[in-house]
Amino acid sequence: MTALATGVTGAGSVAPETPVRAARRRPGAWRFAVLAVLGLYFLVPISASVWFTVRDRARGGITARHYTAIPGAEGFAEAFTRSLALAGLTVLIALLLMVPTVVLVNLRLPRLRTTVELLTLMPLVLPPIALVVGVRSVLAWAPDYFLNTPLAEAFFALQEPALPWILVFVYVVLALPFVYRALDAGVRGADLPTLTEAARNLGASWPRVLVSVVLPVLRTSVLNAAFLTLALVLGEFTIANILGFETFPTWILRISGSQPQVSVAVSVLSLLFTWVLLLMISALDRRRGTEETA
Amino acid sequence: MLVVLGALPFFLYVAVFLLLPIGVLAVEAFRSTDPVTFEETWSTASIEAITGGAFRRAYIGSLQLSGITAVLGAVLGLALAVAILRARRGRLLRRLVLTASGVLANFGGIPLAFAFLATIGNAGVVTALLSDTLGIGTGGFSLYSMTGLALVYLYFLVPLMVLTIVPALEALRPQWREAADNLGASGWQYWRYIGGPVLAPPVIGATMLLFASAFAAYATAKALVGSSVPLVTLQIADALSSNVVVGAENLGKALALGMVLVVGLVMVFYAWVQRRTQRWLS
Repeated sequence: MTALATGVTGAGSVAPETPVRAARRRPGAWRFAVLAVLGLYFLVPISASVWFTVRDRARGGITARHYTAIPGAEGFAEAFTRSLALAGLTVLIALLLMVPTVVLVNLRLPRLRTTVELLTLMPLVLPPIALVVGVRSVLAWAPDYFLNTPLAEAFFALQEPALPWILVFVYVVLALPFVYRALDAGVRGADLPTLTEAARNLGASWPRVLVSVVLPVLRTSVLNAAFLTLALVLGEFTIANILGFETFPTWILRISGSQPQVSVAVSVLSLLFTWVLLLMISALDRRRGTEETA
Repeated sequence: MLVVLGALPFFLYVAVFLLLPIGVLAVEAFRSTDPVTFEETWSTASIEAITGGAFRRAYIGSLQLSGITAVLGAVLGLALAVAILRARRGRLLRRLVLTASGVLANFGGIPLAFAFLATIGNAGVVTALLSDTLGIGTGGFSLYSMTGLALVYLYFLVPLMVLTIVPALEALRPQWREAADNLGASGWQYWRYIGGPVLAPPVIGATMLLFASAFAAYATAKALVGSSVPLVTLQIADALSSNVVVGAENLGKALALGMVLVVGLVMVFYAWVQRRTQRWLS
């Protein structure tokens, strides 16, 4: 499980260079073939999408009309702000939940490490659609068994279409693997035991250690985890679709029938957005790398 | 003892939002609603229903699609990873491919489906280029089919493989290759007796991850093919949105439980491979 997940947190980060065997042999034509074929495969859909959205079918030439139409498109503003709000809340709850847990597991409860690791990795392989079918079944208990009790009221409040909190809670589960790996790498890399022992010896309480020592040390990992969660929530479709809420991705699908160019334009922009987010993570990683070697 | 309480929120959260839904799935898949009296009883009707007919075809379709794309994705991703790691002046290329992989592995779902629709869908740019300008057509290829889905899935599976396998490739020490060369081993012998066995566990692990990703994929398939291709995820969505058939909800639960079982079996196999190989790697 562990080996399986190391690569996943590597998303966006650039691995350190290791000395590669000096190329003594002929580099081999297969290398160029692989790079050329896959390069083409990855570039064509992106360039075709861009061309699809900027060419003007009616008059010929190039137009930015499908991009400028996005902000005013029916339903866009609500869906996008809702997705942003969900993403913000997910990041907040995931961090509130995982920062203390990761720190505790590393410093005080090493025996729980395997269990915590296993549980946080489960969502990586568990199909989201299976999870959401289960969540739906639990939510159905409210009208079936608990009608007219405070619990049922709470269940209904979770499913408020304007801001469905249930999505936030499920998204936190989906984000666990990424958040855990990012924070765990940060804790391990920072020699946290020594720092916290020093703080404790100087008389700091545990909450104070968390706020004044752990959080500053984990700044980069926290940002890393936050960005990955943000990208995850803004692109998540399955859970929202099955539970019947409209978020940014379900909105794209809904308008695609009437405005195909706009839906492709939004897709291009969201790819660009993911790119910027992950470049920021990779820049953070590199800065941390240079700080450590300096 | 107080310290243990600090880990309590995490375990509670996981119990409520991860373990409870899965547990409920496992129990309620064995419930069924009588179509006349609407009474709930214990029965294996849903479980029996999903092992035959259209549902069986959906499982086979999903397994085939994810099996084939996982293996293809693993082979192509491994080839790409080896190609960029062995590049002589490849620092820039390497950084480019790794960053792009990070982005594209996260570029699944709805936007990906639309990028491909704009490319080789019915009104796609490449479709138009092939049939109108070049006049050769798409050679019977349709994006709205199993083959089409496989082509789209590889778009996020190959980068996922690159990301997962690069750390393992970097762990292959150049000295091993040098030692093998000095002892007169051929390139094939090096991969057969040294590189291959060392890389096998991470490659198998990554392939399993790819399989799980492809098996769980729903958004892309939903946006591309609706429900014309037999896939479990699409069947689940259909069962849940059906208000006509009584007990369709239970069918959905049984189908979802089946998916959890498949993934569980895959993980057991993975754990077994890891245990077998860990012995002499540590």
